[in-house]
Amino acid sequence: MLHILILSTALFFIGIYGFFTRRNLITMLISIELILNSVNINFVAFNKYLYPQQLEGIFFNIFIIAIAAAEVSLAIAIIINLYRKFNTIDIEDTNTMKH
Amino acid sequence: MNAMTLEQILFYTISGLVLFFAFMVIVCRRIFRSAIYLLFSLLGIAALYFMMDVEFIAAIQIIVYVGGIVVLIIFSIFLTHQVGEKMPKKLIKRIVPALILSLAGFLLTIDMLAHHNFNTGINPEKFNPTVENIGHQLLDYKNYGYVLPFEIISFLLLAALIGSIVIAIRPKQQQAKN
Repeated sequence: MLHILILSTALFFIGIYGFFTRRNLITMLISIELILNSVNINFVAFNKYLYPQQLEGIFFNIFIIAIAAAEVSLAIAIIINLYRKFNTIDIEDTNTMKH
Repeated sequence: MNAMTLEQILFYTISGLVLFFAFMVIVCRRIFRSAIYLLFSLLGIAALYFMMDVEFIAAIQIIVYVGGIVVLIIFSIFLTHQVGEKMPKKLIKRIVPALILSLAGFLLTIDMLAHHNFNTGINPEKFNPTVENIGHQLLDYKNYGYVLPFEIISFLLLAALIGSIVIAIRPKQQQAKN
């Protein structure tokens, strides 16, 4: 149990580090995927080892996966649109909404 | 120190691989390789689900993440990048605060986990996540039924589908010009 939690914590903060250091929208999206996956591992571990008579963790896992799929499709639509407008997806160069 | 069982050895190997690939996702400077490392990391997480006896979740993980999301990300990389070009080096003024922040958060969480007393005396044998049980409880509207969030998620997926089509569609006058 504790080892699984340590693994998911490490995965979460690897994702956080990537989210803060990357300057490219797609790699930031990849970091968000890592964060969501670490949370999913936590849900399943808590459900199995602390509350085995219920299945709530598995439901939330399924819901998170569905929301992640929706979020990625929306984000990629936005990224492709940005690329058409600016010819780059670097977050330093796309500052139209900055004022 | 006791001899490790096969399951423990397997667990440590898989989790080491997952962490290694996740780290490579973050540090790799070629974006296509970083997407491929993400694929391996997600497969390792699916293997962890298999070890925790939740085969249904592992199957969903492989189908949706590995088969859907990573493929979407790879397509968008092909649409927006020149193949093989390296990303610019990261700025040091971004690396230092991010490193401090994530290391501090990691140590704080590990400290809290190490001092918290989990009630692990419960027998995990009662855990029975067969597809039948999941389906019965997920689509139940009585106690502990989750049919309302299920419906809301289905609406959310529909809205995301329509929204991404609307966002990604090309405006008409531009289409005529091109």
